Amino acid sequence: MNRNLVLGAGLTAIFLLAALLSFAWVPQDVTQMDIANKIKPPSAAHPLGTDHFGRDILSMIMVGARTSIAVALVAVGIGMGLGVPLGLAAAARRGGWLDEVIMRANDLVFAFPSLLIAIMITAVFGASALNAIIAIGIFNIPVFARLTRSGALSLWTRDFVLAARVAGKGAARISFEHILPNVTNLLIVQGTIQFSLGILAEAGLSYVGLGAQPPTPSWGRMLADSQTMVSFAPHMALFPGLAILLTVLGLNLMGDGLRDVLDPRLRRDRQ
Amino acid sequence: MLRFIGKRLVSLVVTLWVASLVIFLSLEVVPGDPAAFMLGLNAQEDTLAALRDELGLNKGAVERYVDWVGGMLVGDFGTSYTYRTPVAQMVLDRVQVSLPLALYALTLSTLIAFPAGIWAAARRGKPADIAVMGVTQLGVAIPNFWFAMLMVLVFAINLRWFNAGGFAGWDAGFFAAMKSLTLPAIALALPQASILARVMRSSLLDTLNEDFVRTARAKGLTRGQALWRHALRNAMIPVLTIIGLQFAFLMAGAIIIENVFFLPGLGRLVFQAISARDLIVVESVVMLLVFAVVLVNFLVDLAYAAVDPRLRGRR
Amino acid sequence: MYFRKLGAAATLAALLAGAAYAKTDIVVGMQLEPPHLDPTSAAAGAIDSVLYSNVFEGLTRFMSDGSVVPGLAESWEISEDGTVYTFKLREGVTFHDGTTMDAEDVKFSLDRARAEDSQNAQKALFADIDTVEAVDPATVRVTLKQPNGSFLFNMAWGDAVIVAPESIDGIKQQPIGTGAFKFSNWVQGDRIEIVKNPDYWGEPAKLDKATFKFISDPTAAFAAVMAEDVHAFAGFPAPENLPQFEADPRFQVLVGSTEGETILSTNNKMPPFDNVKVREALAHAIDRQAIIDGAMFGYGTPIGTHFAPHNPDYVDLTGLSAYDPDLSKKLLAEAGFPDGFTTTLKLPPPSYARRGGEIIAAQLRAVGIQTEITNLEWPQWLEEVFRGKDYGLTIVSHTEPADINIYARPDYYFQYDNPAFQQLMVDLNNTTDPAGRSAILKQAQEMIARDYVNGYLFQLAALSVANAKIKGLWANAPTQATDLTGVYWED
Repeated sequence: MNRNLVLGAGLTAIFLLAALLSFAWVPQDVTQMDIANKIKPPSAAHPLGTDHFGRDILSMIMVGARTSIAVALVAVGIGMGLGVPLGLAAAARRGGWLDEVIMRANDLVFAFPSLLIAIMITAVFGASALNAIIAIGIFNIPVFARLTRSGALSLWTRDFVLAARVAGKGAARISFEHILPNVTNLLIVQGTIQFSLGILAEAGLSYVGLGAQPPTPSWGRMLADSQTMVSFAPHMALFPGLAILLTVLGLNLMGDGLRDVLDPRLRRDRQ
Repeated sequence: MLRFIGKRLVSLVVTLWVASLVIFLSLEVVPGDPAAFMLGLNAQEDTLAALRDELGLNKGAVERYVDWVGGMLVGDFGTSYTYRTPVAQMVLDRVQVSLPLALYALTLSTLIAFPAGIWAAARRGKPADIAVMGVTQLGVAIPNFWFAMLMVLVFAINLRWFNAGGFAGWDAGFFAAMKSLTLPAIALALPQASILARVMRSSLLDTLNEDFVRTARAKGLTRGQALWRHALRNAMIPVLTIIGLQFAFLMAGAIIIENVFFLPGLGRLVFQAISARDLIVVESVVMLLVFAVVLVNFLVDLAYAAVDPRLRGRR
Repeated sequence: MYFRKLGAAATLAALLAGAAYAKTDIVVGMQLEPPHLDPTSAAAGAIDSVLYSNVFEGLTRFMSDGSVVPGLAESWEISEDGTVYTFKLREGVTFHDGTTMDAEDVKFSLDRARAEDSQNAQKALFADIDTVEAVDPATVRVTLKQPNGSFLFNMAWGDAVIVAPESIDGIKQQPIGTGAFKFSNWVQGDRIEIVKNPDYWGEPAKLDKATFKFISDPTAAFAAVMAEDVHAFAGFPAPENLPQFEADPRFQVLVGSTEGETILSTNNKMPPFDNVKVREALAHAIDRQAIIDGAMFGYGTPIGTHFAPHNPDYVDLTGLSAYDPDLSKKLLAEAGFPDGFTTTLKLPPPSYARRGGEIIAAQLRAVGIQTEITNLEWPQWLEEVFRGKDYGLTIVSHTEPADINIYARPDYYFQYDNPAFQQLMVDLNNTTDPAGRSAILKQAQEMIARDYVNGYLFQLAALSVANAKIKGLWANAPTQATDLTGVYWED
């Protein structure tokens, strides 16, 4: 067994399970405020303490995991859903005008400073989880488009693809039946990495107030709320920060582990 | 080669034109009137109209677009609605913070990443490698604004080694200015250094497996000798590419860190301009940043093509 | 011998400390940076925060207790019918560029503010002026279209300061006023510096130099004060940090009053808020103290109407809207909403609104009212809420002094249209005797409280932190100002 993979999958699973569990049960309702009990350090009643509105931080982190994971996952979904077909199309028409247009459009998106654009998008459409998803998702498209294209390009010269062409299959069919299954490993590894970047991006956006809106808890906003209180209530900043750190760490380790397991080139190297 | 340059040049111009359209159109629909923001709750209709007139907001969209693009072509980036000073001057002021900060962070990140990456590669699988890889995993995963806050708490508030933020200005002397950029540069450099160290390591390991290095080792070089004499130089290409990307990111991507340390940099200028609906500033600065990235990409392409003629056909 | 030497050194040090005067420069932190430096053509309070009284002066001026005293006008006479003001100007006053300040400058300033193409954000202050005449260099006669009991008060605003025609073109970058400080330098995005004006007509400033440093982020503000990068922070944005400053002997915390009535503004024309029962239910659903504790960490005075508690005419009406969720639910049921309803809560950027909004949303949820929270930037808030009136609820602090008359404007964003109240304000303008005015103001306060026009939350506190050795700072904020003319370092 790959150690990175186990450790990473374990960490990720903890937060995934916490998020799932929060649908059924949390220690304390996160919409319930208890101003009289605000900013209490960890105790038996509140294992991670309470925040500036007297809400239970453990519950906030559990429900916040939902927001982070959902935003990052959907953003990666957008990136894959649009990026992969574009990459496949570009590879199928390599050297042609379609390839050129897709690749230039990719360069264009890459040329924009991503955080500034995310801020602009929320300025135009308002701050919300949905707009955070769109902002993060847009920058995922070229990542997957490029990866798919470069993976597909080398496959198009392979014998089994040539055989399919000789058999009279069209470019679209070949792309989906023969190319796509063979770039899946690449996509899974990259998807894990983009997922972790998405969690960080969501945290950054909601930290500047552009992510999910209250009362929906989110890790980035918990950090933003705790900022002025970190000097006398470090627990408020510590735990949401650790939640982000450990989730991202888990996903990165998992990505590394998956690469080791799935990438044949590296596997050969290990032998 | 000339044809290649020509083709890339055309593509550069088209990219910039499309970018200018995207920027302009997306800001056209931003809700909020800069004049209303400046004059506040008690503003009267006639006052608002007078101000809009002076700012040129009463003109049609097409006319404003043409004015803006035409101005930029001759180096005129317009006049800020709120500050009423030329955008070019504001950008110049802010670049004096953003550029040194980016370079500082990049230098730090390189100084950390190179030895760490090389060391890890040389001791592959040994405790040193595992330790470096573990630390870089943390460095990539840590939200840098959180890290920045913790540093302010420790080094500015408790130990008082550094100012909590702000920029001393170059008038205050080189060292005073650099000192005020130190904590922000560290905060920015940490994730960058971690990424760079990992790229360095894996790129080195890749080249160590290449035939020419294997040959060298077969001729009796130790792993370390092979690494220093042969692999390092060849492993630099992906590393330099990453450094280029990071530099572009650092110029504009420091917004959050600039906020934590209240530095008057480019990112914060745009952030504030968006809040104040000072759209001409947003448009011009974003356009400049896009221009910088596109130009760097263009130059990198040319450099690659010059080094490796095979690449000319591929693009 | 050794000890003697040490003793001598200590004496010498003490002498030096005594001889060397206390510090004469100060760095003042502020959250917002002025967009430009012309107080007569923008609403941005940050402009006045830097320049009011320090660089620019008007005919009259505010003192820290909110009273209006002579400024550049040494004295004035008011005609019997209250329509002609004859101002006697101080003599020997010069602008910072050396030109003399005389009646022509006053005429220029007032005419410019009320001109057709004026960009004055408070143009209404000048609306009653009919003519301005420069009788002689030291006398100005202002004729009003009708008597206006607030005219001297109006002339004290930062928007009514006296500027010179010679320097007006560059005022946005290079402000030239008559104050005890001269503008010296502005590093945009970072700081503004002002220096002592040696030729000041009045009591000279005790400081030689002052720097305003702009730190918008509350965390950074806390760090800057703690690290003593700034010596004082006017309008400290994070009340939660004040106990730490209070506990630290290096600092003093100044808690004063402002003119900011913080209210849960309610769209009175939008159903179901057009029903007074619903608005009353809203009022009883709100626990003011929880909001003050949760959002402002205890700083703030509960209010029951739109009036500043430190004003002598204030009536405490908080009892009318006491926290009583059961009554609230009952009223909602009577109004036809036994299961509550859903509305929008649009919040501008200040933390009183953002935090207060979260708490209010939770309190309203407890009586069955669901809110969709949207956080807006100011320009968006102005467009959607203030001008577009597209909102159910919003939270905002009305910081203009003596502004209960906004309830007489049916097109104002909370759309309260009550002819009885409008008549009351007409009566107020026509009443000159103080007792009569006081009675009308009290009646007005009660009328809006009984109509539950808005949710009245609390009076914003003026919170400042400073080095313990700094004296002479204003604790109160009767207007946007950081008056440094009387500030000095204690030895």
